[in-house]
Amino acid sequence: MAHTVRPSRLLKNLNAKIAAVPMMLTAVVVFFGFTLWTVIFSFTNSRMLPRSEWVGFEQYERLWSTRRWLVSIENLAIYGFLMLVLSLVLGFLLAALLDQRIRFEDGFRTIFLYPYAVSFIVTGLVWQWLLDPEYGLQKAVRSLGFTSFTLDPLYDPNLVIYGVLIAGLWHGSGLVMCLMLAGLRGIDEDVWKASRVDGIPAWKTYLFIVIPMMRPVLVTTLVLVTAGIIKLYDLIIAQTGGGPGIASEVPAKFVFDAMFVSQNLAQGFAASTMMLVAVIFVIIPWAYLEFGGKKNG
Amino acid sequence: MQKVCPMLLGLAMAAGPFHAAQAADLEVTHWWTAGAEAAAIRVIAEAFEKTGHNWIDGAIAGAGGVARPLISSRITGGDPMGATQFTHSNAMNELIEAGYIRDVTALADAGGWREVIFPPSLLDSCTSESKLYCVPSNIHSQQWLWLNTSVFLDNGLAVPTNWPEFVAAAPKLRELGIVPLAQGRQAWQQQVTFNVLMVGLGGPETYLRVYRDHDAEFAAGPEVAEVFAAAVHARDMMVGSNVQEWNLAARMVTDGAAAGQIMGDWVQGEFEQAGKVIGTDIACLPGLGVHEYITATGDAFFFPVSSDAGTVEAQDALANVLLSPEVQVEFNRAKGALPVRSDVDISGVSPCMKRGLEILSSGNVIESVNTLVSPDTLGRVTDLVVEFFSDTSFTPEEAQEEFAKIIATAD
Repeated sequence: MAHTVRPSRLLKNLNAKIAAVPMMLTAVVVFFGFTLWTVIFSFTNSRMLPRSEWVGFEQYERLWSTRRWLVSIENLAIYGFLMLVLSLVLGFLLAALLDQRIRFEDGFRTIFLYPYAVSFIVTGLVWQWLLDPEYGLQKAVRSLGFTSFTLDPLYDPNLVIYGVLIAGLWHGSGLVMCLMLAGLRGIDEDVWKASRVDGIPAWKTYLFIVIPMMRPVLVTTLVLVTAGIIKLYDLIIAQTGGGPGIASEVPAKFVFDAMFVSQNLAQGFAASTMMLVAVIFVIIPWAYLEFGGKKNG
Repeated sequence: MQKVCPMLLGLAMAAGPFHAAQAADLEVTHWWTAGAEAAAIRVIAEAFEKTGHNWIDGAIAGAGGVARPLISSRITGGDPMGATQFTHSNAMNELIEAGYIRDVTALADAGGWREVIFPPSLLDSCTSESKLYCVPSNIHSQQWLWLNTSVFLDNGLAVPTNWPEFVAAAPKLRELGIVPLAQGRQAWQQQVTFNVLMVGLGGPETYLRVYRDHDAEFAAGPEVAEVFAAAVHARDMMVGSNVQEWNLAARMVTDGAAAGQIMGDWVQGEFEQAGKVIGTDIACLPGLGVHEYITATGDAFFFPVSSDAGTVEAQDALANVLLSPEVQVEFNRAKGALPVRSDVDISGVSPCMKRGLEILSSGNVIESVNTLVSPDTLGRVTDLVVEFFSDTSFTPEEAQEEFAKIIATAD
């Protein structure tokens, strides 16, 4: 036995490795290659067509002095923070409530998850109508007799992003709920029995025992929700078109408009590079905690 | 690209079944989708089909703002259409320089276009290194204020003859529950309104020093401050006009819900469709009745380079159809535009268009902002104007400062 030649590590699972080559090439060429290309060309003065005349950080200086970009960043920050917190809280609460072995659980689960099956374009249109003062909720409540009721966030530059947030939450909370519910169901029944024997109240059990045990599910949810936030575009297009004025502009829309409407590729590249940098800022500390921590521990 | 691809796919699928036909197919993209515009493009399509080729309609809903990027990315992306409508602009110049657009000089020489097309600047603006790259189809000017006369007369008000009188009448219109100025909220329309104020109230010198000379110091000065002060008036006068499309804003004017609208002369087609008589029911003030200068740019058709002989032949046919006297008269009457030929019968045109022709012949013509600055600069001006018109807490001083900054780096 000791004399058998060990197969080279490289040739282990050769079939699987060969099968993975196209995907690896795609990842390297498409994701890394084109990302790098985009970053490099953000330092040029490319207009409609890419060209390599270097201008240093000029595009970035201009980007950060553009009001519309600053508004976009602010909107994404407000939407992102609230969306992350509220969809996790709402999703978890809904999941915890559904986990009480209630009747018609399947029915409720379907109802809550249903909005996720609807595209952002449709979501945006539905909420545009619901929040329209002439046709939507405001009209309905007023016709019940509350004549001073006002709900027209989409026409108020200060509130419009919250109007978008409502639509985003309606769309996304159901998925978070489902993931959380799966997580809750994965908790061993004995944990609950033990906590009951010790006389720990249910909310404390959730907060200090169950939630820490659900860490993998939480991480998955976090990544999914964050990805949805960064790419926020179609909801805005359908619901507000970036208006009133520029009050609900978001970075992804800025990138598209810079590249294809203003025909300034480099400016669009600079903006998308900034989006990438923002994502990296979020991912690196997380990756450090997630992977670096384990080695030390 | 995410947005573009499904739309392209849609276009391609819509065009699909027609490819089975035998004569050469020519897909023509355009953004003429409003009622009168659609009627006008049908004139061209029918005349073109008489030449034995197939017209494949590539209408793109959502005006130039949506259509322009779609068209240029299709051409640069290697999936060119047979022909496309486009406005004369710097946006097209880059495509021409990159060699995507067919040179039609030979057709122009054969058809003697240089002799018949008036004003000749229509050809100059799409000439590059003495080669011609477009076929102009119609002339449009943007600098017009349209007023529904009955709104004023029925309420005992005189019909304003210039912008200051219109501003003075605004409070009374408000009391009557009428929106003084109808304004579609799409970005390009707000940009048009602002630049019409710039030409009409600031005069051509102001306009050109800002957009042609990129004089940032001047843009921060008192002359331009007046334009911003007028823009504040306009902003107050357009409160209550929450429609998006320009033809819906025009409908507010014809319905009497609004008193006036600043819009290019293409809006006449919509007024006429609503049964109004231009000149009596609808009064027009070129250059806002102050500085009577107009732009004489218009639409033109461009032909992407094609290696397919059938397509090239169909392109030739379309070019000749566009400039034939019959099509010029009928098409432009339907569209509410001026023909590009000086030798055709214009007896059918409205009094306002005759006024426009007089201004053109007197030489009070200015270049369009689209040819003076790059789409990039215009995009930044548009962003600023859109924010300014929607946010009443945005002071004119602040806006002018931002504007001067844009002009300082304009190109």
